[in-house]
Amino acid sequence: MAIPTHAVDDTCVQLLTPEGERVANADFPLDVSDDELRALYRDLVLVRRVDAEATALQRQGELGLWAQVLGQEAAQVGAGRALVSGDMAFPTYREHGVAWCRGVDPLAVLGLFRGTTNGGWSPEEHGFAHYTIVIGDQCPQAVGYAMGMQHDAAENAAMVFFGDGASSQGDVNESFIWASVFNAPVVFFCQNNQWAISEPLERQTRIPLFQRAWGFGFPGVRVDGNDVLACLAVSRQMLQRAREGAGPALIEAFTYRMGAHTTSDDPTRYRLDTDVEAWRLRDPLERVRSFLHKQQLVDDAFFAELDDESEQLALSLRDGLRALPDPSIDDLFANAYAEPHSLVERQHDEFARYLAGFAIENAP
Amino acid sequence: MTETLTMGRAINQGLRCALERDPKTLLMGEDIGRLGGVFRVTDGLQKDFGEQRVIDTPLAESSILGAAIGLAMRGYRPVVEIQFDGLVYVAFDQIVSQLAKMHARSAGRVRMPVTVRHPYGGGIGAVEHHSESPEAYFAHTAGLRVVTPSNPVDAFHLVQQAIASDDPVVFLEPKRRYWDKAEVDVGSAPGLPMGSARVVRSGTDVTLVSYGPMVRTCLEAAAAAEGDGTSIEVVDLRSLAPLDLKTVIDSVRRTGRCVVAHEASVFLGMSAEVAASVTEECFYELESPVLRVGGFHTPYPPSRLEHHYLPDLDRVLDAVDRSLAY
Repeated sequence: MAIPTHAVDDTCVQLLTPEGERVANADFPLDVSDDELRALYRDLVLVRRVDAEATALQRQGELGLWAQVLGQEAAQVGAGRALVSGDMAFPTYREHGVAWCRGVDPLAVLGLFRGTTNGGWSPEEHGFAHYTIVIGDQCPQAVGYAMGMQHDAAENAAMVFFGDGASSQGDVNESFIWASVFNAPVVFFCQNNQWAISEPLERQTRIPLFQRAWGFGFPGVRVDGNDVLACLAVSRQMLQRAREGAGPALIEAFTYRMGAHTTSDDPTRYRLDTDVEAWRLRDPLERVRSFLHKQQLVDDAFFAELDDESEQLALSLRDGLRALPDPSIDDLFANAYAEPHSLVERQHDEFARYLAGFAIENAP
Repeated sequence: MTETLTMGRAINQGLRCALERDPKTLLMGEDIGRLGGVFRVTDGLQKDFGEQRVIDTPLAESSILGAAIGLAMRGYRPVVEIQFDGLVYVAFDQIVSQLAKMHARSAGRVRMPVTVRHPYGGGIGAVEHHSESPEAYFAHTAGLRVVTPSNPVDAFHLVQQAIASDDPVVFLEPKRRYWDKAEVDVGSAPGLPMGSARVVRSGTDVTLVSYGPMVRTCLEAAAAAEGDGTSIEVVDLRSLAPLDLKTVIDSVRRTGRCVVAHEASVFLGMSAEVAASVTEECFYELESPVLRVGGFHTPYPPSRLEHHYLPDLDRVLDAVDRSLAY
């Protein structure tokens, strides 16, 4: 039996071809206005610009590291724009596109990689949990949060992001079980970008990842992860289903990590340029641009304005990043615990005295 | 309102009070519902508070903690039970990498009022992984608080204080003392804050510091030593993180000698921290080095050998004698 793992198979939901042709899917219809289409394209362009700017800033030494989202913009914008107020997203460390959709200041995201913060935003305010770096840890947390929504009788859902590598983690598989048996309102959004640093998908699975869902007792869908419309349609439907009490679902967004794993990685050691080139033809931005053009939904002024907005955004990131204040050592001590803690207070006092000693030494 | 309660029952009563007090308090764990837990600590709670608040979970410790973190983010106050000490390592990543760090990570925006309860320690003839003392791992982890009662009265109050805390608390239950009985006033307020140690027996010659299951052993040792004319002061730490060093140091300044006893391996165990702190603070008052009594640097033995591994009255008194003879 042929087991498709490395190519988009027939069951992959697609609403916009790489050539920019709109196609219908009876299971996942999408009603989207012209304004929404333009807004989606704007999201894609600006997320890519943030990513490119952050990569450049890392090369200039302004960031310690950056995890590029290049190539996965459609998956993240499609999912991110399907979330509504009151929903909660649980990201990995690469969900810059979802962060954008949830209204998180990109500068806050860059702060994580500069080392000015380990958090940087209010999860409650944005409906967007903190970045999680340990692979898969956020999945059971999302299920717990969804169980809380269920207790509260809230008509909302949680959406948790993870990758093909994480699909091997115990916590991810456990979270499938929990979501299933508690019928929790959570949507698992797996971006299968084909690579877990240097390990190919074949090292994680022998069946298409979305097919695993059925074994856990809920539906799984594979979607063209480079098609923002398909990602939006499938995410909307699965989220709505969860909000209405029909339980969890797994979405596998079939995509490709066009960049390195992070700026510390060298993908030329483990994958072929020809593969990357093949995926470049499936670019998530170009197909929308092409569609907007062909449908005459935009004019040159639209693109000129967007270019301008994009450059302004990059400029504000460059300036803002360099102006980010270093965190305070006092806050480190203050935030270790919610309530007073004798050991931390003593160490804080001792360290303050130690630092004060330099002030006296350096006094004129 | 005074009742004679075992420690297990006292914790049960404490959990009941917490569930009554705050509708956001939830219990989660394996077999805690209909069965009432393998030690019956949650007996009857699901019947009275329902399956939505006393939740039998899948057999997945890591997700018990992960789900508790998510529930806490949602505004709940989860109390999770890990069935045995040796099973908590399965959830170690969620505890150490997520639960303990969330408040600091979020710059104080996200609170984690999660209580992790589990039985610990040996002495009941159990199979492997059911007699361990992992407290040092948790005490070493910034962001966690660690408390352990030695008697039913403290158990009743400490478990409620742990649940009421806005920080994550590891609540360690000394399993071989689950059946110890005491008079518990279930209407009373706690006598001490959660982070306080207590002098449980006054003495003048040596300070014997312990916690959890070993406190009773130390009290028995002190009673036996009294017959030989040795006056031992026993300090029950109650809180392992943070440590109430003031109570320990005040005692050692009076006695000039200190012995620390616990079941866990002494190497980098709680006694190492107590010994270092006492040495720093009481260097000139000490008549002898701080001595430690505890488990060996071996895996916990098959139960037919555990009487050698667990410090008993004689091993404690041997250390007291060495301290006095120094």
